[in-house]
Amino acid sequence: MKSIKWFSLSVAVSVFVTGAAAEVVGDPERGQQVYKKCASCHMVGPEARNRVGPVLNNILSARAAGVPEFKYSEAIKEAAQDGLHWTAETLDAFLQDPKQMVPRTKMSFRGLKSEEDRIDVIAYLASFSGGAMAAQVDEGFVISADILAIEGDVEYGEYLSSECTTCHQESGSDDGIPAIVGWETDDFVTAMHAYKQKNREHPVMQMVTSRLSNEEIAALAAYFKSLEN
Amino acid sequence: MTINRRLFIGTAAAASATLAAPMVLADGHAEPRVVVIGGGAGGATAARYIAKDSKGAVDVTLVEPTRTYFTCFFSNLYLGGIKQMDDLGHSYGGLAAAGVNVVHDWAVDVDRDAKTVSLAGGATLGYDKLILSPGIDFVDNAVAGWDLNAQNAMPHAYKGGSQTELLKAQLMAMPEGGTFAMVAPPNPYRCPPGPYERVSMVAHYLKANNPTAKIIVADPKPKFSKMALFQEGWADHYEGMIDWIGEDFGGGNVSVDPSGMTLSIDDEETKVDVCNVIPAMKAGRIAQIAGVTDGNWAPVNAADMSTKADADVYVLGDASQQGDMPKSGFAANSQAKVCANAVRGALTGSKVFPAKFANTCWSLIDTNDGVKVGATYEATDEKIAKVDGFISTTGESAEVRQTTYEESEGWYAGITADMFGAKV
Ligand SMILES: Cc1cc2nc3c(=O)[nH]c(=O)nc-3n(C[C@H](O)[C@H](O)[C@H](O)COP(=O)(O)OP(=O)(O)OC[C@H]3O[C@@H](n4cnc5c(N)ncnc54)[C@H](O)[C@@H]3O)c2cc1C
Repeated sequence: MKSIKWFSLSVAVSVFVTGAAAEVVGDPERGQQVYKKCASCHMVGPEARNRVGPVLNNILSARAAGVPEFKYSEAIKEAAQDGLHWTAETLDAFLQDPKQMVPRTKMSFRGLKSEEDRIDVIAYLASFSGGAMAAQVDEGFVISADILAIEGDVEYGEYLSSECTTCHQESGSDDGIPAIVGWETDDFVTAMHAYKQKNREHPVMQMVTSRLSNEEIAALAAYFKSLEN
Repeated sequence: MTINRRLFIGTAAAASATLAAPMVLADGHAEPRVVVIGGGAGGATAARYIAKDSKGAVDVTLVEPTRTYFTCFFSNLYLGGIKQMDDLGHSYGGLAAAGVNVVHDWAVDVDRDAKTVSLAGGATLGYDKLILSPGIDFVDNAVAGWDLNAQNAMPHAYKGGSQTELLKAQLMAMPEGGTFAMVAPPNPYRCPPGPYERVSMVAHYLKANNPTAKIIVADPKPKFSKMALFQEGWADHYEGMIDWIGEDFGGGNVSVDPSGMTLSIDDEETKVDVCNVIPAMKAGRIAQIAGVTDGNWAPVNAADMSTKADADVYVLGDASQQGDMPKSGFAANSQAKVCANAVRGALTGSKVFPAKFANTCWSLIDTNDGVKVGATYEATDEKIAKVDGFISTTGESAEVRQTTYEESEGWYAGITADMFGAKV
């Protein structure tokens, strides 16, 4: 596989990449263009729903045929039972010629002949997988300048942060729960409002942010920014 | 005094931050003194936060007999073979580094008039504020035939460390096709999903090592925490292995014979190979000795965790009777931070912010099959009241379950760092 470095994602506030996704190298921005070929059937991102094809969030390292409530072909279900997982390698093979890898799959797509296209589209999908989802918001999701302009009270943020540090470590270590220390305040505020407005998925974060005011979110952003280094 | 203006443009909650006048100290000693009894999820967190945030302005002493705290959380994963005992042990070095004076001793008495705590080693500690987080003890005669003398034959494994190891050793020594029995506790008790996560992890171990063995659970309750999720998981992963006998089928009518290793459920006697008896619980004994309990638990005020009995004595975690929060490590840690903020405010005049509480309990059903339940809470005049909550759903994809499990590992690293300070 060719090796292109991670490019910063236009849709991402920051990117955390864990597990299988970390092995993927490719240009996700270009991949987003390639993905248009998939988009008539598949959705990806915080508001994605199953359509003709299943949602592609968290596809990397997922078991094949694993999206709830989607009606898969018997063929792909059998492949899943035989242990098919979506890694960069298996997706690459599948996307090259779906019917060759899984005969009788419902996915009627000729395949992506260009290796570069495949790698880039996989990089794009990886940005919606695993830890990479942590910091993302929908492209169209914007926070008003007024809210971003609120100056956070660091001392209040420090008190409020104690609710966060039960899971997110103050030291910035990441052991399965993303680190939130040292984020740019705009990114932090945007991510928190995205949870609050249910633009990002995560039941714990949606619950916690639902009762935070704009000032409290600003205070937390200021405090966690202040913990950098 | 100046208060940051921004606090007042915000919500009612932020606006209600108050500045307390510092407490007048009884005998004119220089620094205000806080004694914390119990260095677990509640006590370690409270001691660390008060010391850290007061930056030396408050003298904090933590009394805890053990030198290594073994968490109960993740102890079921140790039974299942997924975690090692070493993963669960935490020392108090980080607390000492944060400025806490750690005393390894038992508190044996509290004199609330003189404001002193006596230790088994003979020392006496004076306090301005006393925080108790002693965890649980067991109600006497809760299970017919069982008392603390029987805990080696029939372990509870509901306090961390040696009891957990004993239960694991007995599980490993089970004869092929043997029977593992559990007597589950009545409400309220520490960690509502704990017994059922344990059943799952025991089944996980047996499936790999002793697949014809059976598990019987005698339960005095008609239903339990995350029941649909556990039952789905048991059917999917451990079909035919687990027999749960709830209240409706006599699960509450049990007696045990530790010398004969028998369990009677609704007068039907069964010979068992391992019997994990988890009796009814009450506040750790020192809370009762301090005279702040009413019945089995210590009633507290939701705003700051002070006891109804004494405004200078606080009870955190499992021992407290606070309202809607479950007795969990997450909850004890959350309560400790509210309490630390209030105690520091009362002693030094620092800002006291309104109480907010949260809880999430993760449970593991099988390798990478994690589920969770959580809620947020607020302080009302009567109690800690639930605001909002969520629970995992049945039929979730394997991938969601795996993410949930990985998140629980992150939580474990997070909460233990929050209790004891970051590992160095
Ligand atoms: C099997 C199991 C699984 C669990 N899983 C989870 C989970 O996944 N998530 C979760 O949030 N919670 C879990 N819990 C619950 C959690 O362990 C408790 O709710 C939590 O430890 C309560 O904190 P605490 O401070 O009240 O008591 P503890 O953490 O028990 O601390 C009490 C401390 O006080 C000390 N002490 C007692 N008496 C005295 C005295 N007289 N003098 C000095 N020291 C004293 C003890 O030595 C002990 O160290 C689980 C519990 C069990 C049993």
